[in-house]
Amino acid sequence: MAIEVRIPTILRTYTGGEKAVSGDGDSLSALIDNLEASHPGIKERLLDNGDLRRFVNVYINDEDVRFIGGLGAELKDGDQVVVLPAVAGG
Amino acid sequence: MLTIDRATYDGIVAHAKRDHPDEACGIVAGPEGSDRPERLVEMVNAAGSPTFYEFDSTELLDLYKQLWAADEEPVVVYHSHTATEAYPSRTDIGLASEPGAHYVLVSTREHGNNDGPVEFRSYRIIDGEVTEEEVVVVPELSTNQGVS
Repeated sequence: MAIEVRIPTILRTYTGGEKAVSGDGDSLSALIDNLEASHPGIKERLLDNGDLRRFVNVYINDEDVRFIGGLGAELKDGDQVVVLPAVAGG
Repeated sequence: MLTIDRATYDGIVAHAKRDHPDEACGIVAGPEGSDRPERLVEMVNAAGSPTFYEFDSTELLDLYKQLWAADEEPVVVYHSHTATEAYPSRTDIGLASEPGAHYVLVSTREHGNNDGPVEFRSYRIIDGEVTEEEVVVVPELSTNQGVS
């Protein structure tokens, strides 16, 4: 099982500069745990109190995960995940 | 230092004036690593607010997919303040997530939708630290690629 995860510039310190890494898991939650094992520290940047951070967007096959189950969103082999920090401010 | 061409500068200012009193936002894309702001992309402020801006999440993904396909990056990330000075707010600093970008702030507080000068300032925002930089407006970006 392999899921490609696109990593934004600001999180590439956790991936040795790699723009994309491979992970696995049958849900977004499992994938994030799997990424944490290979890239310690990344989970903290994605989650806050066990939920996705408000200003981090995660997409599975171009769908914002907030509309498809959040951390429970299902994943399968070959899915493409993109992580993008929100572009926002006050 | 941010070097930006007159047409792009004017485009950002016009966008800020048009959307006043809501905050306007967008990027200027350029080839990865070039530090050349070449292509103005106006974005919709999904927050539609005078005190907050946020790119719509679907439009954000579409934008980045375009950038990746063209080997581009956001060289400038801009937004307007409509009642306060052109200086990054605490929220701007907390949410800044493009360490390589020039963060441009335009303030329309003085003339709103009307003609008249605006504050146009640029910053680097890295790990919560704000550094203002000079803005140089040129008639056209130099064609001398690779030399900064």
